[in-house]
Amino acid sequence: MLKISNLTMGYEGKRILKDISFDVEKNKITTLIGPNGCGKSTILKALSRAKKPQNGKIFLDSKNILRIDEKKLAKIMSILPQSPKAPDDFSARDLVGYGRYPHMNWLGRLTKKDYDIIDWAIKETKIESLQHRMVSTMSGGERQRAWIAMALAQQPRILLLDEPTTYLDISHQFEVLELVSRLNRDMNITVVMVLHDLNQAARYSDKIIVIKDEKIYKEGKPEEIINKKLLEEVFSIKVKIFEDEENNCPYFIPMKSKESSDAFKLNKPFEKCS
Amino acid sequence: MSTVESLEALKKKHSYKITVIIIFAVTAVAAFLISSSIGAFKISLEDVLRAIFVEKEGLNRNIIWKIRVPRTLVAGAVGICLSLSGGILQGVMRNPLASPNIIGVSSGAGLAATITLVLFPTYEYLLTPAAFIGAFCTTLVIYFISWKDGINPFRMVLSGIAISSFIGAIINTILIFFPDRVQNTLGFTVGSLAARTWIHFNLVWPYALVGFILTMIMSRRLNILMLGDEIARSLGLNIERTRMILILCASLLAASAVSVVGMLGFVGLIIPHITRLIIGSDYRYLFPASAFLGAAIMMLCDTVARTIVEPIELPVGIIMAAVGAPFFLYLLRGGFKKHVKNK
Repeated sequence: MLKISNLTMGYEGKRILKDISFDVEKNKITTLIGPNGCGKSTILKALSRAKKPQNGKIFLDSKNILRIDEKKLAKIMSILPQSPKAPDDFSARDLVGYGRYPHMNWLGRLTKKDYDIIDWAIKETKIESLQHRMVSTMSGGERQRAWIAMALAQQPRILLLDEPTTYLDISHQFEVLELVSRLNRDMNITVVMVLHDLNQAARYSDKIIVIKDEKIYKEGKPEEIINKKLLEEVFSIKVKIFEDEENNCPYFIPMKSKESSDAFKLNKPFEKCS
Repeated sequence: MSTVESLEALKKKHSYKITVIIIFAVTAVAAFLISSSIGAFKISLEDVLRAIFVEKEGLNRNIIWKIRVPRTLVAGAVGICLSLSGGILQGVMRNPLASPNIIGVSSGAGLAATITLVLFPTYEYLLTPAAFIGAFCTTLVIYFISWKDGINPFRMVLSGIAISSFIGAIINTILIFFPDRVQNTLGFTVGSLAARTWIHFNLVWPYALVGFILTMIMSRRLNILMLGDEIARSLGLNIERTRMILILCASLLAASAVSVVGMLGFVGLIIPHITRLIIGSDYRYLFPASAFLGAAIMMLCDTVARTIVEPIELPVGIIMAAVGAPFFLYLLRGGFKKHVKNK
């Protein structure tokens, strides 16, 4: 569905990604993971055209996304950045209404069909009882659902999510990821997301792509990625791996970080700092 | 919750906002009549109406039709232009302190207008286009200076103030060397409506009208821009083009105002804020509401300016500043923080 080929990106002379190529499969959940600053969010920025690649191309159904009309692309692909902000007095329903923008003509009148789709998106994300509340007064989890509802109102085939669970407590993280996974399963929406929590990535992804040192370190199914060697090499942590039989995916608990174990061996942590 | 119910709630909100807009429109009409009736020579409202619609000559007709009506209409049009311009800039720059005079748009227009007055004193119709070019260039300069991965509100206000005072220095120098070319120098630098007639109204209304229509067409897109660049792009909005068109509108509106009343401050800052407090930040309602409120406030302020220390007439800019400066300080202390924390 999406094909990323030889992507090279950077900021102000500093290169972040070099020659990255991968495919996003249709109706699957693909998750990008990697250490802080490895450029996983930058890949999403390239996919959403927020940042031009220095080199390389991105194809949507074998069409270069830079050549697709903005509104047409917005009907196919929707992007939720990290913690988006709306004016204080926009209600959740207002927000979802804006999701219809790419489908409108230039007069911008909402039709009966638009209202039906807005209601549907609100129902799917279970924010019916909150829809007239101001987004600014909602809790983090509710707000994230409202934004996802807006993205749904675009009726996209692809949903890009940049760390959708950041700043949420554990129950809301779970709620948001369950929602994403349901949208993928029931509506066949292809999902590409960046996640920090590797156990969550393992549980909710069909495919994980690990980015490190400007490159794709490894890609594959969760059970091919979540192992002792990779976690030590990429994230510098020693872990114990278990099997979650209920959800049929691997999970791990960190034992200790590589650096702290070195420091303990030295037994003089302060000296090391100076 | 059913569809019908949610549609009901939506319409309720809509009807409240429409009511506010109508109230503001009525206020503007009332302000127009009051302003026409009050002055050195008091004329009753009934006589004002008769002078406008019935009489063809006579003393009342002369005072009302030749002096007060055009002046009041200029005041109204300028109020509309500056309020809309301020509203647009506050949205595009995502900065509550943006307004044509604070970020230097007015001074850019003022400089171009002054130069035009000095070089081509007889071609009054050149004023507005020249002011427009001046305003647009200044806005672009400020926009690019304060741009670094998005507009930084503090950098923008500071660079705007710096550019404003720089341009202000040039304007003042020109005014010192050619005092006779620019009539009523003081009036020009603070903004004055003294002796404005039909000529001036004809100079400003076509630009104001075009600016107003464009602004209304762009209001939904500005709403989307308020959701942040990334969301706006995800929704299929061409961000760069939208911003550019909106900045053009703001410059056009500010320029047409500056070319007839000079560098009037604070209207463009306060009116959009007050309106936003009453009607919310949805620009589809905010623009028409602040246009009417801006017209009403300008006409009333000018009435005060004309009459408060009769027979001396104060420039309207002084009244506006007396009201506006405290409000600006209030925004700096409390309101500004509230807006910026959203960034």
